[in-house]
Amino acid sequence: MTLSLSGATYRYAGAPRDVLLGVDLSVTPGRVLGLIGPNEAGKSTLCLVASGLAPASIGGRLQGSVTVDGVETRSLKPHELAQRCGVLFQNPTTQLSGTAVTVFEELAFGPRNLGLPVDEIVGRVEWALDTLGIAALAPKDPARLSGGQAQLVALASVLALRPAYLVLDEPTSQLDPQGTRLVGDALARLAGETGTGILIVEHKTELLATMADEVAVLDAGHVVAAGPTAQVLADPELLARGVEPPAAVRLRRALDAVGLSLDPALLAEPSVGGAGTIDRPGSGGGRA
Amino acid sequence: MTADGEIGTRRSTLPEYVLRPTSGPYRSLNPATKLIIGIVEVVAAFVVGHWTGPLLVLLVIALVGWRAHVTRQLLLVGSLTLPVVGSILLINTFLLPGATDAILRVGPLAPTWSGLAFGLQVTLRLLAISLALALVYLTTPIDDLLSDLEARGLGRRLVFVVGAAVNTVPRTIERAAEILDAQRARGLDTEGRFWQRARGVLPLAAPVIFGALTEVEEQTMALEARAFSAPARRTVLRPLPDSAAQRLLRWALFLGAVAAVAGEMAGLLRLP
Repeated sequence: MTLSLSGATYRYAGAPRDVLLGVDLSVTPGRVLGLIGPNEAGKSTLCLVASGLAPASIGGRLQGSVTVDGVETRSLKPHELAQRCGVLFQNPTTQLSGTAVTVFEELAFGPRNLGLPVDEIVGRVEWALDTLGIAALAPKDPARLSGGQAQLVALASVLALRPAYLVLDEPTSQLDPQGTRLVGDALARLAGETGTGILIVEHKTELLATMADEVAVLDAGHVVAAGPTAQVLADPELLARGVEPPAAVRLRRALDAVGLSLDPALLAEPSVGGAGTIDRPGSGGGRA
Repeated sequence: MTADGEIGTRRSTLPEYVLRPTSGPYRSLNPATKLIIGIVEVVAAFVVGHWTGPLLVLLVIALVGWRAHVTRQLLLVGSLTLPVVGSILLINTFLLPGATDAILRVGPLAPTWSGLAFGLQVTLRLLAISLALALVYLTTPIDDLLSDLEARGLGRRLVFVVGAAVNTVPRTIERAAEILDAQRARGLDTEGRFWQRARGVLPLAAPVIFGALTEVEEQTMALEARAFSAPARRTVLRPLPDSAAQRLLRWALFLGAVAAVAGEMAGLLRLP
């Protein structure tokens, strides 16, 4: 059971060249895979391909295989994909429906489309709000939110569909450090406690260091490195690829350069998660 | 939040701010009823007599607006039509073809009584139609209206397009203001003489239009990612009140409007 890309090569409709070239990646339930890389590397395109929106919704040519729990995304309809693999884009304002009067109703938009009973919709919305700690936003007008709040609401809207996998394209791009940490903690707990597999594109390597189980580096459409988070983020080639390593890695290198050394435990990233658990409504916790 | 339906180990129901209870007899009507009333008012203002229809409709709107506490907003809407109705009145008063009953003559200008009367009729019709639609808008949340129409079988996509279009207006205005500020910060002169202002239109309009178009694709994908195209009948989050009496009223109004149109076309309605 995985979200898997195997030899995935993708070209936008009318484009002269491929944006992704033979990408092999897999996201397993309960694990977080971070994706980093320079601008124009193809990260956002990979999100579209992984979530099945490309080519289903935007056209283009996909070669290779993209599967969700063994099912080719090309064989699934968009609404079927939405329940298996949720996707969040960079710009939160384009992800809100624009028709809801309150944040609560905005979150209910997806479950309503599925024709779920009102009770279940309410449960899912409350659960998504609680998971991201934004219950206080529920009565607010979605059009009047700050960028960071809108991003959290957009993420909660995806969570309300209870997908088995999440594909997140820079979900913290508009968040302050506190909001970033909140989202990081929530996602890590979501993966750990409900078995959601998460693919997250993120420039903030500090965040990935604390929440990702593995990291892959994408450059010019190729996966050029992949492995355990600590190993990939400590790769000396990372900076040359346009990705800034976490502060702990940079500090360690700076100390090494002047011949100093510290106990590695002092430079280890703190684990995330913390107190509290996530109870997925109607599922009794983890996913079968 | 009260508890009502069971979800896992939790019991939940819709919060009060989603239920949005309405107050007052008119506001509490089903959105479809208010829409039908509005449409019938428009029809009546247009086809019933020369003066009777528009004046009757304006009277009804004034009474309902007073009871629904939207008189001030209606007056504002009415004032917004002044430039249009003023020009209609002037043009007809001075330039109605075939009119010879001059009120007075000032050089080449000769306003006529029949032109003034016709202009007033058109003005009243326009005002009645504007206020009838405004009354529906002011007393019915657009979300309620669309939800109700969707529950009655109107297509999900059509409902969404209408709802999104209505809600896009304030966002577009905000975006235009942001772009205007950004262009000013870069030295664009948007004030002063007419030609200076005119030169500023393109740098303002182009980003607004192209920005909106660029967002459409991402919005479309975001909708797909939220199961918008699911074949299931969309859940109505909060059913809106309706009754047999309202259904009867809607049919009566509809049939009355049809009868009025037919009567007017057949020349049976001889109202002033």
